[in-house]
Amino acid sequence: MMDLRELYQDVIIDHNKNPRNFGRPETCDHEAKGNNPLCGDKVTVYVTVVDNVIENVQFEARGCAISVASASMMTEMIKGKPLAEARAMFDDFRDVVTRKSDVGPDDLERLDKLAALIGVREFPMRVKCATLPWHTMSAALDQSDDPVTTE
Amino acid sequence: MNSTNGAYDVERIRADFPILASTVYDDHKLVYLDNGASAQKPKAVIESISHTYEAEYANVHRGVHYMSQKATEAMEGAREKARDFLGAAEEREIIFVRGATEGINLVASSWGGSLLGPGDEIVLTVMEHHSNIVPWQLIAERTGAVIRVAPIDDTGDLIMDEFEKLLGPRTKMVAVTHVSNALGTVVDVTAIIRMAHDHGAVTLIDGCQAVPHMAVDVQALDADFYVFSGHKLYGPSGIGVLYGKSDLLDAMPPYQGGGEMINTVSFEGSTWAELPFKFEAGTPHIAGAIGLDAAIDYVTGIGLERIAAHESELLNYATQRLREINSVRLIGTAPDKAAIVSFELDGIHPHDVGTILDREGVAVRTGHHCAQPVMDRFDVAATVRASFGLYNTRDEVDALVASLRRVQEIFGP
Repeated sequence: MMDLRELYQDVIIDHNKNPRNFGRPETCDHEAKGNNPLCGDKVTVYVTVVDNVIENVQFEARGCAISVASASMMTEMIKGKPLAEARAMFDDFRDVVTRKSDVGPDDLERLDKLAALIGVREFPMRVKCATLPWHTMSAALDQSDDPVTTE
Repeated sequence: MNSTNGAYDVERIRADFPILASTVYDDHKLVYLDNGASAQKPKAVIESISHTYEAEYANVHRGVHYMSQKATEAMEGAREKARDFLGAAEEREIIFVRGATEGINLVASSWGGSLLGPGDEIVLTVMEHHSNIVPWQLIAERTGAVIRVAPIDDTGDLIMDEFEKLLGPRTKMVAVTHVSNALGTVVDVTAIIRMAHDHGAVTLIDGCQAVPHMAVDVQALDADFYVFSGHKLYGPSGIGVLYGKSDLLDAMPPYQGGGEMINTVSFEGSTWAELPFKFEAGTPHIAGAIGLDAAIDYVTGIGLERIAAHESELLNYATQRLREINSVRLIGTAPDKAAIVSFELDGIHPHDVGTILDREGVAVRTGHHCAQPVMDRFDVAATVRASFGLYNTRDEVDALVASLRRVQEIFGP
């Protein structure tokens, strides 16, 4: 069995306590809200895009450590990245945390700091906590007006 | 099984529940503290269901053959058992439903659909389970009736004065929980029913969290409708009871149409069966009803007063131990409570608490407990809830507390 410390790694506890890029920016051009009706997690993601590059991304959240840490790490990972790269990162992250097959060293290297979150694979009920901020970011980029839900 | 005499032998009771011997995640002893969501089943219930399918099963109320008669006798025996358990006057006042949710929907739709009109008022409390809110919202939308909500105080107790102020000439229905699933508050339904009747209103009591913990007598309460679910009473899921006074039930139109609920059917029109069958369209959960019979035997065999005393002792012990943890904030501290403790651990989301507890073998519920208005009332998104049953022990309370220390350790200072 996996140790709880592998799910709640120090880096996750740290991002939960001191979330990066937290708070509503003064201006932004994309914004979306996400919620997980099962547990009441709520997240809002604010994005500013210039020339197809994510110039700024911030978030606000009320949720568990996994969802807050995931949102915080996401903002660090996608800030300054071209849109296509940010979307590809989401696809890759979602694929790794939801797939049944083993995760190899290549995956971990590619995921970079997001690799800290792959412990959720052992906790099926918690995968949605980790992916909610990403779904919300994606909806913000799509500028969808409907609130995102995990259901 | 335990006899009603002598000391409460919790170890002997535990031996009646096979699942309690389980270990989870390799080597953690299961500490099951999620009885408010669903209780585990004693061997007597499991065996009665197997026995039904192995020896006495056929469809009920139809066949003239041996097995059908056996199954019908067993199912009607369960109805009589439920009648006695609730202290109802007549068997025909006991309607088998899938659970409390279906019971409430039945009353809202059938009673409410035929008797509510624009401006009529339905009084609820803020601590209702969603299942005692949403069916009323649906019928209010259909009929133009209005929902009014009685508030609770900071301990989670119903504010009786405020409740009484909501009653008036337009009050038609008062639907209130007997025990709050999220807070554990025991509601003084005797007083509520009396006040409602003084204003000519009909009452529905949601007894889901009450019947496993205390003896209930619907005639003494003078409840008009009373519902509970079998699975919270150590019985099977998918079976529950709606009690209704026969004059009310008689006057109500059917809820669902189908076989079993008819007298005659023709394309010119059909006539309805007598109670209780008018409200039991289709083949019922036969084995479920028989399993519920066994569950009622089981709890009454131990004795609800002795169960209540045991659980009350556990509640006091759990409350005291949780108060020793500085960062615990108890939500729901009403003077009269069933064995439910809801709390939050400062700065740590309940789902993180729940996941860590789970890996230590401790099963609790985390979330809004299908009672979002209560969460809003206390300004929390979710809580951790430990709910105790007749087989829980002080050692299990200690295991809960030790696991909470582990949560604090992982999350740091």
